Amino acid sequence: MELLYASCVGLLVSCGVFLILRARTFPVVLGLTMFSYAVNLFLFSSGRLSLNKAAVLGYSSEYADPLPQAFVLTAIVIGFAMTAFVVILAIRGRADLGNDHVDGQLPINNNNNNNDKKVKV
Amino acid sequence: MIEHLTFSPVLLPMLAGVFLLMPPLGTNKGSRRITSVVLSIFTFVASLALLLKVQAEGTQVYAIGDWSAPFGIVLVADPLSVLLVCLTTLLGIVCTLYASAGDDEKGSFFHPLVHFLILGVNGAFLTGDAFNLFVFFEVLLIASYSLLMHGGDKKNTRAALQYVIMNLVGSAIFLIALGILYGVLGTLNMADMAQKVALLQGDDVYLAKIGGLLLLVVFALKGALLPLHLWLPNTYATAMPVVAALFAIMTKVGVYSMMRVYTLIFGDEAAELSHMAQSWLWWLALATITMGVVGVLASKDLRKLTANLVIISVGTLVALVAVQTIEASAAAIYYLVHSTLVTAALFILADLIARQRGNIADRITAGPPLLQPRLLGVCFLVVAIAVIGMPPLSGFIGKVWLLKATINAQYTFVFWSLYLLASLAILFAVSKAGSTIFWHHQYSLIEDNVADVLAPSRVHPAQVIALIILVCAAPLMSIFAGPLSEYATGAATQLHDFNNNINVILSGEL
Repeated sequence: MELLYASCVGLLVSCGVFLILRARTFPVVLGLTMFSYAVNLFLFSSGRLSLNKAAVLGYSSEYADPLPQAFVLTAIVIGFAMTAFVVILAIRGRADLGNDHVDGQLPINNNNNNNDKKVKV
Repeated sequence: MIEHLTFSPVLLPMLAGVFLLMPPLGTNKGSRRITSVVLSIFTFVASLALLLKVQAEGTQVYAIGDWSAPFGIVLVADPLSVLLVCLTTLLGIVCTLYASAGDDEKGSFFHPLVHFLILGVNGAFLTGDAFNLFVFFEVLLIASYSLLMHGGDKKNTRAALQYVIMNLVGSAIFLIALGILYGVLGTLNMADMAQKVALLQGDDVYLAKIGGLLLLVVFALKGALLPLHLWLPNTYATAMPVVAALFAIMTKVGVYSMMRVYTLIFGDEAAELSHMAQSWLWWLALATITMGVVGVLASKDLRKLTANLVIISVGTLVALVAVQTIEASAAAIYYLVHSTLVTAALFILADLIARQRGNIADRITAGPPLLQPRLLGVCFLVVAIAVIGMPPLSGFIGKVWLLKATINAQYTFVFWSLYLLASLAILFAVSKAGSTIFWHHQYSLIEDNVADVLAPSRVHPAQVIALIILVCAAPLMSIFAGPLSEYATGAATQLHDFNNNINVILSGEL
């Protein structure tokens, strides 16, 4: 279970970082979302992974650490608000700047044209 | 009420922000302005009362919901955090007052957002819990995102987009660091963490080290330390100047968190992990100062120049944090207050100058003469002397003190030579900017496109008061340098007193 969990987190982080580095707002937002999923899973695992343990006392013979669950809840709420904000900002940036590059202008000498085509939505 | 005073710098701005959104104030701009200024003065008074209480009775620990220390969240008001809270609320007064002259009309919800920003900053200064620090960081960030967009144009959107994305990645890294540290230490109360770090064994030491250094990345991002400082000049130069003046405190939140984490948690008592960030901080700080100097010399307008001065001040502060002696921390505290007030004053001055120069705005080139050269000129002179660090103002005292404090540090000759060269560069850049703006006049160009010319406006009384408050800070800080430096030394002593910190926070008793 630990291996599966860790590789899930790793995969999400690497996809997230890859997408953030695309430097277009849509992939960046997707990348940030994936990154925050990975972070939430990671935070959850900081209380150790276990089966059949309730976070509330008295519901099972052994209990799980409730604090990471509270952390994850907080992180989800904050991450959700921030993502909503960045989506609106990205839309406004698209309208104000005329393109969806995070620099506000397309790179001038673009050698990898096929790269460009893939990203355009 | 009095036992809840520690919580008031967090609670009052929040109530003020909510109150300002309510119907009668949400629609009537006159009463909204007055209420906002009055409420920020109220917050300032509460912070001052807390400062006096802390001086009289020692560090105050407030357990939220009466959950005692390692289990619940505590707010810790020690001399350092309380001083910074007072500084923040003072800036809050200045900004609400200054914006009441008309800047708050350029977008919606300016006043509530300022109060929410102050709530976040005060919370970050006061909290004694690492996860709570994250939450307050987010509170101040979301307010700062909206303030940055306030009354903005296209350039502004671009800067805001980059700033928001940078900070979202930073928040994610912050959470990863906290996850690692919680997994290893089993607690996120800073005092409790400091105790547990010393007991780590085996592989856990390296995990804690990874967590601690990831935290350094986050604080470097918030504080604009070298490789992560690129967002700052654009952000500060495109934000409304009054917002930039308020943002002057935000980089200091990063520096303050470094002070806390790397002197309390990973300080002298942390066994294998003690001073783990020191060598990183020292060289990064020196590199930051260098980059700041290059930026200052290359700046074409006054706001960019000020933004780069912020970078230099961050570099200087972080170098002092890296030294980790009581004297260096005391110098850092004095310099922190000085640099925050002075850069805020410069941002506001840049705005007032820009308003009287039509299309040239705050670019450092010859332009039309100012409407009120005496008022602005005298203020600029005072602020310039303070920011360069010439006697007799506060910059000089701060500079001498910090040079004296680093005299025994390793590689101090690098710091001294670099810092003194940086001062020379600031002297050159600021005096060039001042003489060009105030003395080089050029009339012909403006007449060509009359339609584009913005009518120069005289300084509004509210703006004058806000400006005077900030400009007076420099002379006052040198007149009252004695008590202030004593206070700073006391605060630094307490910051470095490991056992006292632990005892006070965990048991709530001295």
